[in-house]
Amino acid sequence: MTSVSTATTPTAPAGPDRTTGTPDPPPRRGRLRRGFNWLGGLGAGVWFVLVAVPLYFLFVTSLRSSSEYLTDGPLAVPSGLTFENYVDVLTSNFPRYFLNNVIVAAACVAIVLLLALPAAYAIVRSRNRSVARAFSVMLLGLAVPAQAVIVPLYLMVTQLRLYDTLLAIILPTAAFALPLAVVVLTSSLRDIPNELFEAAVLDGAGPARTLVSLVLPLARPGLATIGIFTALQAWNGFLFPLVLTQDASVRVLTLGLWDYQGQYGTNVPLITAAVLLSLLPLLVVYLLGRRYLLAGLTAGAGR
Amino acid sequence: MSSATAVRAGRPGFVWVAPALTFFGLFALLPMVVVVYLSFTAYDGLNPPQWVGLENWTRLGADPLFIETLRLSFLLTAASWVLQTAVALPLGVWLARRGRSRALLAAIFFIPLLMSSAAIAVLWGTLLDPNFGLASVLGPLVGIDDGNIIGDSRYAFAAVILVIGWQYMPFHTLLYQAAARAIPVQLYEAARIDGAGRWRTFRSITVPQLRDTIITSGVLIVVGSMTTFEVVLILTGGGPGTSTRILPLHMYLEGFRSFDMGYASALAVVLLVIGTALSLFIARVTGYRKMASQREGM
Repeated sequence: MTSVSTATTPTAPAGPDRTTGTPDPPPRRGRLRRGFNWLGGLGAGVWFVLVAVPLYFLFVTSLRSSSEYLTDGPLAVPSGLTFENYVDVLTSNFPRYFLNNVIVAAACVAIVLLLALPAAYAIVRSRNRSVARAFSVMLLGLAVPAQAVIVPLYLMVTQLRLYDTLLAIILPTAAFALPLAVVVLTSSLRDIPNELFEAAVLDGAGPARTLVSLVLPLARPGLATIGIFTALQAWNGFLFPLVLTQDASVRVLTLGLWDYQGQYGTNVPLITAAVLLSLLPLLVVYLLGRRYLLAGLTAGAGR
Repeated sequence: MSSATAVRAGRPGFVWVAPALTFFGLFALLPMVVVVYLSFTAYDGLNPPQWVGLENWTRLGADPLFIETLRLSFLLTAASWVLQTAVALPLGVWLARRGRSRALLAAIFFIPLLMSSAAIAVLWGTLLDPNFGLASVLGPLVGIDDGNIIGDSRYAFAAVILVIGWQYMPFHTLLYQAAARAIPVQLYEAARIDGAGRWRTFRSITVPQLRDTIITSGVLIVVGSMTTFEVVLILTGGGPGTSTRILPLHMYLEGFRSFDMGYASALAVVLLVIGTALSLFIARVTGYRKMASQREGM
């Protein structure tokens, strides 16, 4: 097509002219739009109230004295704030439980990171068929419910004389966090460009040297994600400690809270203070690095 | 260590996977085999297991309580899926649009994600306590005058569904929020140009674009509901009567309250079969590539 004739014969535009913008939609639809926005906000508001009211109750009640709570009822506006519940909780067995939680979480994170990193590295870089098979085996274990194996675990733990030790909690908790850690780490290691691995080989680096000098620095975000995910799992774990331990010396926070409810069920402010204290470290992490925490939380979304 | 050729090629060998595989095998795969064996034994948790053949399995086949717990588990799963998806999807889409007030709402809204099941169950047990909690005040509002919601077999199951929903909805909202943020904005521009309204856009663009997330989230709800346990144990203990006794809880109570661990193992095998069937289904429906796309936009 030449442009010679276009100057003399102007052509009408085919179809509507898009450059001047479409006319506004009829007003009825405008009302519907506003309505939907308003509805969305309302729905969010209703659910927010359902979330916010229990959290508000949790926070405010923990600062009320138990006698005042009993006389004025759960919805009364507190006459004054007191920290007596926190003092009561902190002078009970709570610090012991807290320490156990820290030990369990730290040990689980250490085990999972130490085992998952070399495994993920091999899965990404190896050409060995048995490595790929090992990966499939771990994938199969992704959706195995912990309840399904709790009876044999109890048998194994009692046979190994591990009953009532922190190890009895740590080992299965770490094992159940491992497959997902390997999966997440594998997908983050796949992002490392092949050229870098080839350069490492040319420099004469063996697998161990490559892992330490190349993979480790580049895998930091992935390691942070699975570290947080594992720590959360361990911190909030319930079933393994419930079945594999009994003694107060190895009790963890989740069981401790349940205990408090059984023991001091009538003292609601004390229980709310204990719940909040058990949340404290996670809240701090949440406020400092929400993105990392949420990434760690949703690491399980691919299961 | 790995063979000489592997070192020359700079590639790691099987030895690098072995520790993880061994550890996982010992504490997760081996128990799966052992539980099948235990389901053919009588085992009280103290004395060595005694072989009893099919006794546990014939008992399971004739146990009306087993059928009931299975029914309750499926009911809980279905109800959870409907409730959590119906709330989390629109809410996630709504929260995906940026704005200061939404960011603040989201920050508070996601706090339940941090709480352990035990903490949530203890909190709600306190809230719903008819004598000392909010239930005495809130009960009359929903037509339960004495406020005894968890102590009444007609309402306890609904309460459990709501509390479990309260626990997991933020998580699924987070998934939908991340997925909604990853939808190409050009699609919305095209819809606007075509004159589509907000509802039409939501129905014809947002929901189809979120298909993978709906599957992922749905699978997680199914697996999670099938294995939910702590919240129900702490909140109702399976009661009143057996009105909230779901399968995993039934298994736990048979094994660790009645010390009938052989029978509990048979129930656990049923759980294991359901879990494995679900994971095979997951592997078929969702790939791990989708997981990577899930995590974008976070």
